[in-house]
Amino acid sequence: MTTAAWMEALLAAPLAGAVIALISGRRAAALVGVVTAFATAAASIALAFAVSRSGVLRYAVGGWGRPLGIDLYVDGLAAVMVAITGVVGACISVCAAGYFAPKPTHADLPSDKHDRAWLYWPLWLMLWGGMNALYLSADLFNIYVTQELIGLSGIGLIALAGGSAISAALRYLLLALAGSLLYIVGVELLYAGYATLDLQQLRDRIDANPSTFAAAALMTAGLLAKSALFPLHFWLPPAHGHAPVPVSAALSALVIKTGFYLVVRLWLHVLPGLAWAHLATLLGVLGAAAVFWGGVQALMQERLKMMVAYSTVAQVGYLFMLFPVASVPEALPGALLLAASHAAAKAALFMCAGSVLAVYGHDRIRSINGIGTRMPLTAVAFALSGISLIGLPPSGGFAGKWLLISAAFAAGAWWWAAIIVLGGLLSAVYLLRALAFAFLEPPIAGFGRAPWGMEATSLVLAFIAVGLNFAARPLSELLNAGAG
Amino acid sequence: MTGAWIPLAAVGTPLLTGIVIFLLADWRVALRTALNLSGAFVKLVLVAVMLRGVANGYDYSVRVAIVPGLDIVLITDALALLFLTLSAGLWALTTIYAVGYLENAPHRSRFFGFFSLCIVATTGIALAGNLFTLFVFYEILTLVTYPLVIHRGTREALAAGRVYLRYTLAGGAVLLFAVAWSHALAGPHDFVAGGYLRELGTDQRLSLTLLFGALIAGFGVKAALFPLHGWLPAAMVAPAPVSALLHAVAVVKAGAFAIIRVVYDVFGVEFAEALGVLGPLAVLSAFTILYGSLRALAQDELKKRLAYSTVSQVSYIVLGVAVLGPLSTIGALVHLVNQGLMKITLFLSAGNLAETLGVHHVHEMNGVGRRMPLTMAAFTIGALGMIGVPPTAGFVTKIYLGTGAAEAGQWWVIVILAASSLLNACYFLPILYSAWFQPQTAPWPHEHGTGFDAKATLLVPVLFSAAFALGVGLFADTPVSPLEWAKLISQREFGYAR
Amino acid sequence: MTTPIVYASAGVAMLCIALFGFLTARHVLRRILALNIVGSGVFMMLVALAARPDPPDPIPHALVMTGIVVGVCVTALALALLRRMFADEGSARLPEDREFG
Repeated sequence: MTTAAWMEALLAAPLAGAVIALISGRRAAALVGVVTAFATAAASIALAFAVSRSGVLRYAVGGWGRPLGIDLYVDGLAAVMVAITGVVGACISVCAAGYFAPKPTHADLPSDKHDRAWLYWPLWLMLWGGMNALYLSADLFNIYVTQELIGLSGIGLIALAGGSAISAALRYLLLALAGSLLYIVGVELLYAGYATLDLQQLRDRIDANPSTFAAAALMTAGLLAKSALFPLHFWLPPAHGHAPVPVSAALSALVIKTGFYLVVRLWLHVLPGLAWAHLATLLGVLGAAAVFWGGVQALMQERLKMMVAYSTVAQVGYLFMLFPVASVPEALPGALLLAASHAAAKAALFMCAGSVLAVYGHDRIRSINGIGTRMPLTAVAFALSGISLIGLPPSGGFAGKWLLISAAFAAGAWWWAAIIVLGGLLSAVYLLRALAFAFLEPPIAGFGRAPWGMEATSLVLAFIAVGLNFAARPLSELLNAGAG
Repeated sequence: MTGAWIPLAAVGTPLLTGIVIFLLADWRVALRTALNLSGAFVKLVLVAVMLRGVANGYDYSVRVAIVPGLDIVLITDALALLFLTLSAGLWALTTIYAVGYLENAPHRSRFFGFFSLCIVATTGIALAGNLFTLFVFYEILTLVTYPLVIHRGTREALAAGRVYLRYTLAGGAVLLFAVAWSHALAGPHDFVAGGYLRELGTDQRLSLTLLFGALIAGFGVKAALFPLHGWLPAAMVAPAPVSALLHAVAVVKAGAFAIIRVVYDVFGVEFAEALGVLGPLAVLSAFTILYGSLRALAQDELKKRLAYSTVSQVSYIVLGVAVLGPLSTIGALVHLVNQGLMKITLFLSAGNLAETLGVHHVHEMNGVGRRMPLTMAAFTIGALGMIGVPPTAGFVTKIYLGTGAAEAGQWWVIVILAASSLLNACYFLPILYSAWFQPQTAPWPHEHGTGFDAKATLLVPVLFSAAFALGVGLFADTPVSPLEWAKLISQREFGYAR
Repeated sequence: MTTPIVYASAGVAMLCIALFGFLTARHVLRRILALNIVGSGVFMMLVALAARPDPPDPIPHALVMTGIVVGVCVTALALALLRRMFADEGSARLPEDREFG
């Protein structure tokens, strides 16, 4: 099959799956969901191979073409993001199949919510389709629509947990909506100036004037709110901390990355000619602040899931430290590798928290003695994904940080390197604080059954996070093969 | 070269052993022990093959590209093999000892699994062919030793583990920064005898001095240089085989070995001298030597006394590195081996005392020589070696360090050595006196069994290591001794530099 | 002043007023309404943008149509969530805004 066919499959499969899952109802939704998930994941990987073989492709769906038709566009960057989403998404689906299974066993999913739990599947597939569509979109307005698709299905997923997740979902909705409106105002200004919404045409026509800069600033502000960059992160911990485990995993691991991707796309691909050194520094400073603020907050959390959620706030910060050093070639592969390993490791950590919740009935960090003995798979997954998040070798997190640090030195800006290193220490403090309890002796009684599906999936994801240590080279090659 | 698989196998053997052991149930004692011993044996064979090959001029380098321009490199030069041989030999001894020591203890699969991984990391450090590889394995060593330090799972062990991590992770962070910085200055570069940073010249004196400081600070944590030594006494809560591992086989050795690499193969000893960074390093290590000895004097807990003694003894290696000249280099390198052999003897004997009689403190040791004569004989060899009494291993070290200092015209170093020997005598001889010449004054705190000395699995490794510690001193002049290797390495370094 | 500029200015004014409302209001219903008005302001600007001698630019119209559909969906979901929160927790404000009743 050709690159174009894989692109169509990546949009059609999850969206069609969502509709079929909704129609087939409570009994068959999970089956439809898992089958669709694996098909989509396979297509994601196939797309990456196709792009590395035959390079960038622009494809007019239905032969309509711009400006009114919908064009798809794939380059190395988009293929990488789709592949990350595919692999981690498949793992999350496997975990969800156990989690949302008919027998309610989860403290954070009350039984009266359970008869609606199957609605997870259409929403999740819709979310996945939205993410694929966002990565493969060729114009700014389609990106707006896909963002709304992601936002709406994500909010529905958070609300599945009921209780305090409802207000978290509402807060997320208000913020996402405001962010989208800021974004669309920016899009309007660009259209007024250049009479096109197409990313490639904009890139050719763009010139540095105040209106362009204002448009870019508005769009960026909207995107930062969605990617929860400090100080616009406040909505994230309650939303990710209260949602059901597979939803937290998907939001923290994957959805957050869409905002980051769009900022990269906008500034590095569409507007590379703009003099934007100050803005890049500002993004870097916000990223650094996020690393420290998120780290300190994570350290102060009593609950494992909330700690993991705050860790996302910190990890998003590293990604944005790409911008001040983006002129160095190894910076982008570094940041993408970091994004990929964060996706795998963070999904794994949320699943570990979910397993602990299922076995212990709570996730208070001080009372999770003996997970090493009681649930060795989870302990190993926790340790490995923790290593990747801290950035210790060998892990994808290490390789990504190493590339970013090297880029910082190459750009003559050693202070970014110092911040990345210090941030790693901070994450070591909070992750190892929790992990140390694994070695204590377990309490005697009062245990639930370990959800083996979730445990096994978290272990697979943790191994992926560690194995990404060796992915720097293929990743750079894919980016170069599909340099847009 | 077709032998490139050999260094990979040297890293892979303990890795495979470790992974399989993790999967074993705790009660599979025989199978686990067989795996451990065959792993150790295979490793020894591989090391022997490499020793023979390298002596005949083969080069077993392996290079695996991680990112274009950034390689994991394994090399087998004489220095690498010196450390590798030491760690492989002591792994075998410590494993046998640990099997006996942990009989019927919980979580043994976890223990031996991490124990093997620890050897993976040490092998990697020994064979590392550039700073990046060295750093990667150095960090892995931190990670896999942590579960061993907190193995007992008590609150006290966890507290010690926190201290250990605080020091080592902070050191690792400094190192990450420093290694990336060195790449920014000189690009990724393999270790070269005589150093590769000297090509930069002394124009960038400030950056190079800071870089040296950062590298020494990072590696100095594991080498327990003052003021970065705090984790070592705290980590004493770990079981005896772990102490042996920390003090003799892997951790402090990794730090000292890395400092040797930095000074000789990254900066080059003459270039470091030209930068003026060796003087401060010498002063720092001399201070650590005296400080460790003084603190050791004040400890009543036997293991704590030995821990502070390690702080002091490892700095002999650093001191030998910091004093310019071929003879002190030989002293430093030979002490890398000697200190390992002597300290493992001391720790394993202390473990025997604790395990057999429940003796943990110096004041409980009256008359223990008559109850456990073989263990105490081994302890005596180790202690006399630490003091530097001829013909033990420690004597060889001190002779070379002393003559090296004289050759370099640094007479104050000889004063430090003399003072340190005196202090060593002050904290070891009273132990020997009360053990051999005092009658037993109180019942043993917690006596297991009534047999002669400790049980065989505990006794045999101790006797072996004591014999080695004595042997490297007695047979220092034979061609197979560590001293001859050290001379070879020293020639190489100074041959290139001159 | 031409007609498109009047429309565009009115759109900007609506946007600013509604954005102020969104940032200051605490009752979630008011915030949802404010965002709707922001949306209307944005669409008005788009419509003004489409004004060309002949024929009018069709693209902004298509965008406004899509935008209205999306806006309706989001508003519906927001209202549903608000009702749920009010039913569960007895308040139409987010937890952090509830101190003053």
